[in-house]
Amino acid sequence: MPRILAIVGTDAAAEAMRQIDPEVVAVYPITPQTAVVEKFAEYVADGVVNTEMINVESEHSAMSACIGAAAAGGRVMTATSSQGLALMWEELYVAAGLRLPIVMTNVNRSLSAPINIHCDHSDSMGARDSGWIQLYSENAQELYDNLLQAVRIAEHPEVRLPVMVCVDGFIISHAIDRVEVLDDDRARAFLGDYVSLPGYSLLDAAQPVSIGMFDGLYGYYYEAKRAQEEAMARALTVIKEIGEEYRQVSGRGYGFWEEYGLEGAETCVVALNSACGTIRSRLKEWRARGAKIGLLKLRVFRPWPGEELARRLAEFKTVAVFDRAVTLAGGKGGPLCGEIAATLYGQAHRPRLVNYVYGLGGRDLTQALVDQALEELAAMPAVPEPMLPVRYLGLHA
Amino acid sequence: MAHATGIKYLKEKSLPLMWCPGCGNGIVLGALVRAFEELGLKKHETVVVTGIGCWGKADDYLLTNALHTTHGRALAFATGIKAYQPGLNVVVLMGDGDGVTIGGNHFLHAARRNIDLTAVVVNNYNYGMTGGQVSGTTPAEHYTTTTVYGNPERELDPCAVAAAAGANYVARGTAYHGWELKEMIKEAITKKGFSLVEVASPCPTHYGRYNEMKTALAMLRWLKEKAVPLKTYEQLEEPEKEGCFPVGRLVSRDAPDFNARY
Ligand SMILES: Cc1ncc(C[n+]2csc(CCOP(=O)(O)OP(=O)(O)O)c2C)c(N)n1
Ligand code: SF4
Repeated sequence: MPRILAIVGTDAAAEAMRQIDPEVVAVYPITPQTAVVEKFAEYVADGVVNTEMINVESEHSAMSACIGAAAAGGRVMTATSSQGLALMWEELYVAAGLRLPIVMTNVNRSLSAPINIHCDHSDSMGARDSGWIQLYSENAQELYDNLLQAVRIAEHPEVRLPVMVCVDGFIISHAIDRVEVLDDDRARAFLGDYVSLPGYSLLDAAQPVSIGMFDGLYGYYYEAKRAQEEAMARALTVIKEIGEEYRQVSGRGYGFWEEYGLEGAETCVVALNSACGTIRSRLKEWRARGAKIGLLKLRVFRPWPGEELARRLAEFKTVAVFDRAVTLAGGKGGPLCGEIAATLYGQAHRPRLVNYVYGLGGRDLTQALVDQALEELAAMPAVPEPMLPVRYLGLHA
Repeated sequence: MAHATGIKYLKEKSLPLMWCPGCGNGIVLGALVRAFEELGLKKHETVVVTGIGCWGKADDYLLTNALHTTHGRALAFATGIKAYQPGLNVVVLMGDGDGVTIGGNHFLHAARRNIDLTAVVVNNYNYGMTGGQVSGTTPAEHYTTTTVYGNPERELDPCAVAAAAGANYVARGTAYHGWELKEMIKEAITKKGFSLVEVASPCPTHYGRYNEMKTALAMLRWLKEKAVPLKTYEQLEEPEKEGCFPVGRLVSRDAPDFNARY
């Protein structure tokens, strides 16, 4: 029997970690991730899990210790936010390059300076080319579900890549949500035992291997990177398969994205994470009044499900992309919109693209701001200009 | 003679302090601005560099130049300032997490380089700002939110590390001894080369609560009892040294500093 809990987002992450029962967790606390660490420390102290938990001295050390433990053949997890993720940067690439299936919760928070502890997606968006799979979660339920699936995706023999599960800081991490949790047996059966692949484990006494070595100018670095790309591409299939398997176990299926009200729609809003809740609640009213507009909530950002996404988005007249991060390039807008624009380039029909940047440093995306965008979209002339200048929602005058 | 208040260095409109009732940070800030006043430091010639943490928010209240940096890196930022503008008084405010845990490497090398900075490390034995997690200075077996059944690791002694790494001036005070603290900070600022003032300080909200010292009073008493003047400490037999620490000026030497050698 699944249990229904009323817990905050960080507890949902800790609950998933309890069921995953990783061999090693190396962490450093940072707001708003901290409660994940504290809750999990309780599980460790109470002997509820068998995890070796190391309270290391920085996030750089946290990721390094995770890499060491994963290279030694363990199931390994960590969690961070913001500056913590930034400090891990060097090691993020190492984890991915060594093809180590580490799973990490990233509680999205803005980056300094000036210092700000509230939500935006600058942290994970900055890590988008680091070789990590990135799954985004609207609420605590999706965070929990994504974490269980992340372990399977990361460890899949066709993939072997680290996975970052993102969720919005404070808005979700610190708010109480309804979370349906699998019973432990079912969760463990879904997760299975971790089998480290031969040739990938440092601690294979029978077959010692060296990993990460410099093999010179005429070596295979280039090929290793190409192999990472291919693994990313294969991950698309694996993510779908595991999403389907998870549906059978939990009743909640997962694909690359989730749609709301897109049948017959002319305008499609694309967004990540918690903003989707606010947008959906406004769309409900707009649609009741006959507006032809719906929502595509993207879950999988890495690997980029470009082909399928392009085909779907090309069906609309207008695509409005909400970005909670900004590419500081002088008016280029947000990273999500940039990727969507590139993806649509090859389509015969290209919808009009409108980019709304919102919520930097935790600026609230209110229902009124969503309405403001929806009104603007509704009033746009029928003759589309291909791409409009970036809009900044909720910016103080 | 009226005693220094340090008020002229404080942004009065930012008061009252955001720190918890009973936090030691207010006392340390008081000692710091009094030291500034007694030394006659000019605001425009003084830069306070902070990391991130409860103590790292001290710059919110100061009218000197201030650079609010990132967690653990304040000394590296400060090194840049001092290298380019050796005439400035550069005072670096860090917690124990900031200063000697995540920022431990910068701490070692600032002391080794003997660069003319004054580090005021408020050691409250845990990460106050993030909710009382274990730090590099949390005593072994003590409780924090991430060591619920006691810290399995040993603690680091920031003064011993700074002394070994080559700092010209090393002193330890406590938030119980405000006057002495002010005097140490003055010596530290005046001394050329790298100076460390470690301040043992109460965090009743987290560290105290988890270690049976819920009130500020209980924490201050604990610090008062632990703090033994260096001379007395040196006379103690090894077993008696358990559970206490020497306070006062621990190291004072005049090795050439970074700017002099450069
Ligand atoms: C790279 C990075 N990791 C983690 C944090 C989160 N963080 C902010 S303050 C802090 C610890 C504060 O402890 P300490 O330095 O001892 O100062 P105190 O709050 O106790 O004064 C942490 C872990 C951060 N800001 N940056
Ligand atoms: S949490 Fe601790 S260190 Fe921070 S203000 Fe409160 S008492 Fe002071």
